[in-house]
Amino acid sequence: MKNHNKNIILLSHGDGGVKTGELINDIICRYLKNDILDRLEDSAIIDCKSKRVAFTTDSFVVNPLFFPGGDIGKLSVCGTINDLATSGCRPYALSLSLIIEEGFFMADLEKILKSIRDALAEAGPGIKVVTGDTKVVEKGNADGIYINTSGIGFIDDDIYISPANIKPGDAIIINGNIADHGISILGQRQGFNFQAGIESDCAPLNSLVFDIVSSSKKIHAMRDATRGGLARVLIELADSSKMNFEIYQDSIPIKRETRGICEFLGMDPLYIANEGKMVVIADWGDRNRIVQAMKKNKYGRQARIIGRVNRRRTSNERTCVILVTELGTKRYLDLHYSEQLPRIC
Amino acid sequence: MLNSVNINKTVKSINDLNRKLVLKGKYKTLKIMEVCGTHTMAIARYGIEQLLPENISLISGPGCPVCVTPIKEIDIIIEMIRKHEITVFTFGDLMRVPGTYSSLYTERSRGKKIKICYSPSDALDYAESNPAIKVVFIAIGFETTAPLTAILVKRTHNKGIKNFFIFSVHKTVPNSLEALLSDKQINIGGFLLPGHVSAIIGSKPYSIIPKKYKLPCVIGGFEPLQILLSIYNILNQIKNGVPSVEIQYRSVVKPEGNPVAVKNIYDVFEPVDSGWRGLGTIPSSGLSLKGPYKKFDAKMKFPVGKIISREPPGCICGDVLKGIKKPVECKNFAKTCNPSSPLGACMVSSEGACAAFFKYYRNSYNYHTGKSKP
Repeated sequence: MKNHNKNIILLSHGDGGVKTGELINDIICRYLKNDILDRLEDSAIIDCKSKRVAFTTDSFVVNPLFFPGGDIGKLSVCGTINDLATSGCRPYALSLSLIIEEGFFMADLEKILKSIRDALAEAGPGIKVVTGDTKVVEKGNADGIYINTSGIGFIDDDIYISPANIKPGDAIIINGNIADHGISILGQRQGFNFQAGIESDCAPLNSLVFDIVSSSKKIHAMRDATRGGLARVLIELADSSKMNFEIYQDSIPIKRETRGICEFLGMDPLYIANEGKMVVIADWGDRNRIVQAMKKNKYGRQARIIGRVNRRRTSNERTCVILVTELGTKRYLDLHYSEQLPRIC
Repeated sequence: MLNSVNINKTVKSINDLNRKLVLKGKYKTLKIMEVCGTHTMAIARYGIEQLLPENISLISGPGCPVCVTPIKEIDIIIEMIRKHEITVFTFGDLMRVPGTYSSLYTERSRGKKIKICYSPSDALDYAESNPAIKVVFIAIGFETTAPLTAILVKRTHNKGIKNFFIFSVHKTVPNSLEALLSDKQINIGGFLLPGHVSAIIGSKPYSIIPKKYKLPCVIGGFEPLQILLSIYNILNQIKNGVPSVEIQYRSVVKPEGNPVAVKNIYDVFEPVDSGWRGLGTIPSSGLSLKGPYKKFDAKMKFPVGKIISREPPGCICGDVLKGIKKPVECKNFAKTCNPSSPLGACMVSSEGACAAFFKYYRNSYNYHTGKSKP
């Protein structure tokens, strides 16, 4: 008799018994083999490579699971690696927790695991998934699959990157075109038949960050622009550094097709999610050197200076990011209040 | 990318012509009403007012269909959802608009079947695929969206679909402008007319404005250069002393409009008196299903009892919609009223004047000059 259950996830895959062992050993470990994970211990034991450790976590509930340029698997690796990278650390190890809906196709799970493996390989030879967990929930929950990844990285002694370092006059730089991720997701969700074929910019940026910190000792702050878009990151950095920023709208790189779709839908690209964009704030004197170094990296070809840190705010002034429009007029950049696009990551 | 050479030229021309007109005594200050919510947003987003002379200001009008929908309509649709087993489809903007007692957003989080669509055909497709479910589409918008609703109603009728209904809150623009002009509080010197509504209705329906009220009108596009050119054209009409309805947005708007679209509207709908927030009841300014299409009217199919509706206390949306007050002059603006907890529709709608102000200018409005510049 044909076993129809072989190609879907069952509740028994999450009950800690025989089927759980099969799922982990035969499927998950096949894609994620490494010396630490293969021990399948409750905790991964890691030798500390530096005095300071960066530690982050992120959960991924993106809908749809598969989109042009990536999927939830790739996202779960790149998202956490990029969060680690903003501290200037060398990402080292990830945990991987899967919450899978009963009835999820095994083929889709394998696609996602393959993406995770490929994203790890892209990020660099030393980065591994060292521990994880798998749960299965009843049909109707988890929307297919939810993933959480946490990650650690080691920070060299001479690297200290924080918004507290930001100074008046600093250059504000971004590595490339904005808003592609959000638009690619929207295109899938609503069944918009965008001929333009916008792909998500989902990418691991740790090698780009390595190139950046190698090019200058005066990198003051970095942050990756995900949910809420470039606008959110700029406002957060201005807020935590207590500085005013001035941003030049016509310097912000954006693909013509993405811009056109945003205009058509009445959406502001500054607020649309990215998954492969890093904002760098550094000493003005080093700006050209940094941009040149970024352009040599695969993920920094369209790197550009998009603005400058203006001045320190007084204690009773509100957070202030001024956008100089393409017309030369000025307006404030403020946080969006409405959910432009939910479940984007 | 924007053509900054032409923009600079146009800005200079506006400034030069304005100086001449003031010297000639044509006006001291000039208020131009931009009717359409999309213009409101574009003007705010590009900071167009900063390029204009100090004595010319742009005031926002009632061209935001969500903002001018009376609260009672929100209350009625919510009561309809509570009393009857229906699935409601709506555009996203309407979700957070507060009714007297609740909002569609709140009702959805309480489990009511409310879905957001980008196009009304999504609602009809859903109804066709689910014949056991009664589907109500909230048909909102001006003459730009009404033809699409009309076509869908015709399709529903021709295919014999029995489970699709329309809750029409469609309104038509021209009569609202006349109603504005009869209000002595308002002191408008010219109109920047809506580009997309005019693509449907053409320029003739506005002709009473220059004829009876001697005011210049320009139907403008939405790019910064088009908006600036429209403003220049208004000043030019003042200079020549011959007010008319001029079309700047010639790539999209013809004087005769789109007669096929207009025919579709009036095959299916008839004009009825309609309540506009802030303006009161305006004759023949709403659209209601007629004749054989009346059977798709959700209000008739799913009656609700008497509802007592109230404007939120302290909300001055009405004055904002008439251009008498700027959003920032409301004592609740950005305090108790903001996009995540709005008092009125003007703060919620993507085309609302209060929403535009909140998003782009809330920290920078200069009460002295009346301009918004950081």
